[in-house]
Amino acid sequence: MKGSWELAKRKKIKSGLNTAKRYLLETILICPVVMVCIPIVLLITGAFMGRDELREGLSPVFTGMGGYIQWNLMPDYPTFENYKRLLFEMPQFFVLFWNSVKMTGCILAGQCLVGMPAAWAFAVYRFRFDKAVFTLYVVLMLMPFQVMMLSNYLVLDRLGLMDTQWAVILPAVFSTFPVFICYGGFRQIPGAVLESARIDGAGELLIFYKIGLPLGKGGILSAMTLGFLEYWNLMEQPLAFLESKRLWPLSLYLPEITWEQAGYAFAASVITLIPPVFVFLMGQDYLEQGIVYAGLKG
Amino acid sequence: MRKGKAGFIFLAPSFLGTLIFVLLPFMDVVKRSFMTAITKEGAGMHNYRIIFTNSAFLLAVKNTLRFALVCIPLLVMLGLAIALAMGSIRHMQAVKSLYLFPLAMPTAAVAVVWKMVFYERGFLNKYLERFCTHFGMGMETVDYIGSGAAFYVLAGTYLWKNLGFTVVLWLAGIMGVNGDVMEAAKVDGAGGLQRFWYVLLPDLKGSLYIIVVISFLNSFKIYREAYLAAGAYPHESIYMLQHLFNNWFVNLDLDKMAAAAVACGLFFLAFIMLLQGLWDKGTDG
Repeated sequence: MKGSWELAKRKKIKSGLNTAKRYLLETILICPVVMVCIPIVLLITGAFMGRDELREGLSPVFTGMGGYIQWNLMPDYPTFENYKRLLFEMPQFFVLFWNSVKMTGCILAGQCLVGMPAAWAFAVYRFRFDKAVFTLYVVLMLMPFQVMMLSNYLVLDRLGLMDTQWAVILPAVFSTFPVFICYGGFRQIPGAVLESARIDGAGELLIFYKIGLPLGKGGILSAMTLGFLEYWNLMEQPLAFLESKRLWPLSLYLPEITWEQAGYAFAASVITLIPPVFVFLMGQDYLEQGIVYAGLKG
Repeated sequence: MRKGKAGFIFLAPSFLGTLIFVLLPFMDVVKRSFMTAITKEGAGMHNYRIIFTNSAFLLAVKNTLRFALVCIPLLVMLGLAIALAMGSIRHMQAVKSLYLFPLAMPTAAVAVVWKMVFYERGFLNKYLERFCTHFGMGMETVDYIGSGAAFYVLAGTYLWKNLGFTVVLWLAGIMGVNGDVMEAAKVDGAGGLQRFWYVLLPDLKGSLYIIVVISFLNSFKIYREAYLAAGAYPHESIYMLQHLFNNWFVNLDLDKMAAAAVACGLFFLAFIMLLQGLWDKGTDG
């Protein structure tokens, strides 16, 4: 009797320890989350601050004089002034926002048209040199932009596309990254499904459209989500290939704002943040799935 | 598997584009790397000799390698550790989303915040000084972006931005591991560490490959933050290949660029082949 009582007590202590351990673990894991939130809090509060308050608070950082940066988590006089000016009095901002939307949209649409069939070809068919070409695609996917910069420039220059938005869009359309990601999703489709569709007399294009696209959705959407987050932040390519500032995407505009106009920078940052956050919330689940397929070897 | 023409047709648009925008011009670059930029005469290995004795190139290579060798293993291992720990906590989904969030933060916005935090009169120094005076210690303020500390700021940024994604990928890999085998190992008396090492880890090789590949891809994009926070000529601890190529491009040093592009391209090719070979061996054997 006494023994079992001892045992129960020990068990209780053990479970208590486990709970404590879990709480500790949770606390440790929450810490980095705070790091994530700080920048967002700074941006959002900054966007509501008036011009004078920002100037006073930030001038030590940018002029190196006076004490340290001053920041109130609750602005003294919260105002929508920054947003209002940015949206209604700065046509420039609108143009650049639209540039970003246009370039990102064109690139993603192009990648769909070109990349998905290519991924389908690698996943479903055997043809000459298929392994070699796929390896080539993986290698190209991993080559940093800088290695390809000169070759990109040479071809864009020859085609007369320099300083047009096509200089950014076209090379990105033929990026092999989405092919790689979509390929993983398509590989998950059982061969028997395709075979039975063929026996029923479906053509190859119909099979791709009716079976491949719906069943490979996870891979496609994850490629699109990653693509959006990537191209919304595009910097290297426009910096190198677009000379006219009116063609720039939003990502290059923000750094152009001087610190005296910090209010605009904060408001613009918050607005720039909205589309990726939206896409991120929609595509979050696909981010995991699609990429994991790519790691599986069929 | 189907043989025949259909595969070719599906692949054709993509392959044609790759040919026009990547492969053919790259061959042109290879040709140019053996020529002088202006007179277009054969120069043999001259351009290569120049870049490999160029101190800026050597510095950039050193910094880029250092960054990759420090950050990628750190990211991959930290990600695995957090993923393993995260399996057992409540509200996992919400925490996961928060970890992922920096991925959606626009680079330019990050750069604005970084200036506020890491400049000499920024938040970090402000609170460090407050902390130090509180405990009666002296402190010298540092400009974290304009000094050797910039490397660590950049490394931290890379981890901050990519950790969530790495954790999510590891978690997905861990979920895919056969639970029965783990259970069987537990019944057979394998301890936590043994189960991790002999059952879980071998099953995660596919995930490891994809995570290394993605971390490698993203390690080059740190240039965006570096450029926006510190400009085209940052402190020499973070002067990387990306800066160098960009500056050569601006100055139209095309012959050096060609030679460096070919040299770096060959290096990456070797690295990727090595990685693929390891992966093939790991998954087949």
